[in-house]
Amino acid sequence: MNLNLKSLLNQLNDLEGVDPKAKAEILDLGKKLQKDVEILEFKLDRTEKVKQTTAILLEETIEELQQKSRAVEETNKKLLHSLEELKNTQNQLIQSEKMAALGELTAGIAHEIQNPLNFVNNFSEINQELVSELLELLDQQEWEEVKIVVKDIAENEDKIKHHGKRAENIVKSMLQHSRKSTGVAEVFDLNQLIDEYFRLAYHGMRAKDKSFQVKMLMHLDGSLTPIKAVKQDIGRVVLNLITNAFHAIAERGQFNKDHYEPQVEVRTKDQGDQVKVEVTDNGSGMSDQIIDKIFQPFYTTKPAGQGTGLGLSISHDIIKAHGGTIEVKSQDGLGTTFTFIIPKNQK
Amino acid sequence: MKVLVVDDERDVQVLFEQRFRKEIRNDEISFAFAFSGEEALEYLSEHGHEAVLILSDINMPGISGLELLRRIKQQFMAPPPVVMMITAYGDDENYQSAMRLGADDFLTKPLDFSILKEKLKEI
Ligand SMILES: Nc1ncnc2c1ncn2[C@@H]1O[C@H](COP(=O)(O)OP(=O)(O)OP(=O)(O)O)[C@@H](O)[C@H]1O
Ligand SMILES: [Mg+2]
Repeated sequence: MNLNLKSLLNQLNDLEGVDPKAKAEILDLGKKLQKDVEILEFKLDRTEKVKQTTAILLEETIEELQQKSRAVEETNKKLLHSLEELKNTQNQLIQSEKMAALGELTAGIAHEIQNPLNFVNNFSEINQELVSELLELLDQQEWEEVKIVVKDIAENEDKIKHHGKRAENIVKSMLQHSRKSTGVAEVFDLNQLIDEYFRLAYHGMRAKDKSFQVKMLMHLDGSLTPIKAVKQDIGRVVLNLITNAFHAIAERGQFNKDHYEPQVEVRTKDQGDQVKVEVTDNGSGMSDQIIDKIFQPFYTTKPAGQGTGLGLSISHDIIKAHGGTIEVKSQDGLGTTFTFIIPKNQK
Repeated sequence: MKVLVVDDERDVQVLFEQRFRKEIRNDEISFAFAFSGEEALEYLSEHGHEAVLILSDINMPGISGLELLRRIKQQFMAPPPVVMMITAYGDDENYQSAMRLGADDFLTKPLDFSILKEKLKEI
């Protein structure tokens, strides 16, 4: 029994002159009180125990949580690493796609350089002859003839310069193509770039497949002044579209050889602030199901090892980065037109 | 003697006119130029036998030199004109095809004009 309560009851019991009835009542109340105290003590004890278990549980939970967060962190690190690796692989793939495209061009490049070099050699040989002729004419004082010969020499000199420059441009564009894009916009002649890549792609195809035939049409808008854009990137887009068109006519040609006149047409159109470029072929065309997927990375219908399926996805990214649009229209079995529009003045 | 030169490179015209300036001036030879297989066929159908020799490049957009050769030898007038093909150095495949299609002679690029002049004398 509670000690304070016990001494209280004892003192009450010893008191004289208290009504025995009242005394008995108080003692009875005291006993009830004792019961209440006992219940309270029991409850307190139980609460204490619950508190302890809860504390232990809480501690365990915290520890568990900490472990979990460490695991998450670990996973996160691994994921980041994988992402990094994925990015690297993607870059390598983009680079190798570029290299594959370059490989395709190499033969075309060799052929394209041969012609201007021949001109350089030929015209400079002619000039050597003309110079000795000139010396004779000077001796003979044939002034009219001298004038004619000097004019010819000057004209030939222009040709030498022109064709030297042409070879240089081809080498430059090849080097540019293999380099990482600077992403810097520069001013260049889009028509000239298209003309160059059209020829390179053609000779590239020709070098791989001697029987490759195509009627090439260029309708380049003469009023188009130089534009400002990332030249190398736009060059890639043009090259991808032309190469795809060549492949498409080669594919259609495999199945119907007679009465098929393969044709690829490239068109430019000045539209004020923008320029439109169209590449049209009368090749194999595509079904709607295929069209839905062509801009996805790695989507290709070419046999394994022949296409990476990155050409159009990269082209799409490049045009988007220029704030432009790229679209396709195709008729299965009949031909395809790719159209892209970009602003003429990139910042 | 009239020679038809077929090549998609326009400056070939200036080149030939300069290389043969003396011969042209002395009326020993004259040239016509076509810058594609299509143009060459057009020229031939308009001028018939005028050109005694056709000198053609092989790698051209549109109708290739080989196709041109085939058409000249098959469809055009008898006797067919003499056709000399210009092949790139080491391009044996084109050489063989041109042989099969009845080319009369071959020259390799880059053109050696002294050899060409020798050959022209024999015609
Ligand atoms: N002009 C076209 N005509 C018909 N089909 C086309 C044309 N352009 C693209 N395609 C289709 O779209 C697919 C994807 O083209 P994309 O350029 O992205 O890759 P690829 O050409 O297959 O390979 P890569 O360009 O990497 O060598 C092609 O495999 C082809 O099926
Ligand atoms: Mg492609």
